[in-house]
Amino acid sequence: MRPFAYQRATDASAAVQALAGAAADNNPLTEGAIQPLAGGTTLIDLMKLNVMRPRVVVDINPLAAAWSTINLEGGNLRLGALARMSDVSANPEIQHNYPVVADALKLAASPQLRNMATLGGNVLQRTRCSYFRDVSYDNCNKRNPGSGCAALEGFNRTHAVLGTSEQCIATYPGDFAQALIALDATVEITGKSGARNVPFAQLHKPPGNSPQIETTLAAGELISGFAIPGRWPRSVYLKARDRQSYEFALASAAVALDVQDGVVRDARVALGGVATVPWRAREAEALIKGQKFDDGLAQRVAEAAFEGAKGNKHNAFKIALGKRVVARALHQAAAMEV
Amino acid sequence: MTDDTDFPATSGFNRRAFIAGAAGTAVAPLVAKAAGPVASTSPVQDPSLPVNVTLRVNGESKSLQIDARTTVLDALREHIGLTGAKKGCDHGQCGACTILIDGRRVVSCLTLALAAEGQQILTIEGLAKGGALHPMQQAFVDQDAFQCGYCTPGQIMSAVACVKEGHANSDDDIREYMSGNICRCAAYPNIVAAVKQAAPAISSEQKG
Repeated sequence: MRPFAYQRATDASAAVQALAGAAADNNPLTEGAIQPLAGGTTLIDLMKLNVMRPRVVVDINPLAAAWSTINLEGGNLRLGALARMSDVSANPEIQHNYPVVADALKLAASPQLRNMATLGGNVLQRTRCSYFRDVSYDNCNKRNPGSGCAALEGFNRTHAVLGTSEQCIATYPGDFAQALIALDATVEITGKSGARNVPFAQLHKPPGNSPQIETTLAAGELISGFAIPGRWPRSVYLKARDRQSYEFALASAAVALDVQDGVVRDARVALGGVATVPWRAREAEALIKGQKFDDGLAQRVAEAAFEGAKGNKHNAFKIALGKRVVARALHQAAAMEV
Repeated sequence: MTDDTDFPATSGFNRRAFIAGAAGTAVAPLVAKAAGPVASTSPVQDPSLPVNVTLRVNGESKSLQIDARTTVLDALREHIGLTGAKKGCDHGQCGACTILIDGRRVVSCLTLALAAEGQQILTIEGLAKGGALHPMQQAFVDQDAFQCGYCTPGQIMSAVACVKEGHANSDDDIREYMSGNICRCAAYPNIVAAVKQAAPAISSEQKG
């Protein structure tokens, strides 16, 4: 790990001030960046690997008292960015009203990591692409822009089939983000000029020709919270992986349905483990709305969700697997007693 | 939930603490000086110099001079002489370094010591009371819940938290909530049995 200066911020304005020295291209993968520290489960790991090399680490954990509230007033959900994954997934009201949120958090990582990791850090976790994580590979466009992509011709079994580019096929690894994007969440971002709210769907950027730029956060900005409009008691997070527990998704689906008198009024489908960014399957959702749910419909939705998917040498199986995950998640959501 | 009241009395001299303590006095007489304070943030420290930190470990205060990069795991093992928490992967994947901080199980290899200042750290060394094994330690012995033993301190700390969190209600529940602790010897069936054996004693202690 490279040497860094440690700073502890005691409140939000201090944190913003400490981060204000960040350069406009505050890329945490390069020397010189100023990096906030929350749970540390991604940051310390990648610093040990020399993938992230900040010159200053600003510990924002003292902000947790102000930034970890869970609020379900008014039929909406607001989550502070420094709430820990374990605390949110264990909240009985969230389990009841937003099972897709509780389960996406519960099925991620391990109990220890969920005790540490914050919601804000979770949505910003880095890809598990082994070529990104191993600095002995020079050719990673995410780490070394313009150097090429070792995964394209390498071992790419866990890589993405949706949202890829010729520059990068690294999978976005998170689960919680799929629940957020499915439920039309907004993300609250705090910076020098105060807080702004943007649709969560606009937080992450697909790799395109600049895979090193992963989000629309400006230098020195922090995620301070998330908001989900409405309640979604009929919702499911289904995760298929190599192990039954403590493993990243090969394919996952966040599904939420609003069913009245046997007719689907609203439907949400998001995909994890298969795309380069949190992935909402809007065209697929459109097929369900106003329809009576049955298996034929589930299969058509699953097909539509993976339209345009592109497999590589080792990961084409994810397209077939992902369709089955979507169909099963739809069945589970439709069968829920709410 | 806090284990603050569970800490045993000071255990006194031990060989590992002496060796590590003696080694520790030889390093780094320099300590970082504040380089111009920023409003309500701690001063920016010179990364090339060690920093002062006081950790609360098993009920005792430990004042250390450490590199800012030091994790709680390395502070425990290399600076304080508590080698119960083990370094397996050092990347938060294996659980061998599991300890409790403010009553919550965490991986100490991904926790910066500086960030743990002011918090209550409980390691495997602080679990037994007055020479009597903690019920979870006794259960691991009774159920033969290890082979080589390297993962065992992490398994036991994780298991104590697993029970206190209310996640030891069935074999499946225990397997899911102990999945953050890898056992290369695959003693898993016996670990599940040990967690089941100790759970009632820990739960009743928690209620009482």
